[in-house]
Amino acid sequence: MSILQEVVAIVLFASGVLFMLVGSLGLLRLPDFFTRTHASGKVDSVGMMLCLGGLAVHEGPTLSGVKLLLVIAFVAVSSPVAAHALARAAVRSGLRPWRGAPDEGGPDR
Amino acid sequence: MEVLFAPLAAFLAVILLPPLYRVLRGPTVFDRLLGASVVGNKTIVISCLFGYAFGRIEMFLDIALGYAVLNFVGAVAIEKYFSSREAGR
Repeated sequence: MSILQEVVAIVLFASGVLFMLVGSLGLLRLPDFFTRTHASGKVDSVGMMLCLGGLAVHEGPTLSGVKLLLVIAFVAVSSPVAAHALARAAVRSGLRPWRGAPDEGGPDR
Repeated sequence: MEVLFAPLAAFLAVILLPPLYRVLRGPTVFDRLLGASVVGNKTIVISCLFGYAFGRIEMFLDIALGYAVLNFVGAVAIEKYFSSREAGR
């Protein structure tokens, strides 16, 4: 049981770190603000939830495990809402989405 | 799992650097805010790992919960400020 618990915790945490790595690279490499919002709001929040879920499985049914589940629930609500709020503020302040570079065959403006 | 805490915290600290670059060199102010939000998300996980490393997970979990709340409230408040201004670039 304990071995199984450790294996599940390590697998959850490693996949969460992988998602976080992909989210960071997306935030570095994607071309404009709205695509970066895509990387931050979905990939990074699910990576964080997987990491904290691995820690909760490692902790087991204690008070700290319940607090970890509470943090996961709050992050699942708050992180996409914050990304959406930033994107809405960007649209309202006049920032236009990226339509593709014109010399790379993307759709024109 | 205990032997993995320090290497995983070090790896998370390394992948904290691309959002920090986005905070420093973002073309618009929204890129900077988004990078700050991502840095805050990773800091929550790193503080939980610090709690396990120091053996005081209860205290560091309370810190992580407060940090999550402050991250969300700060992002929404600054969003309200910049959406009411014209072209916050």
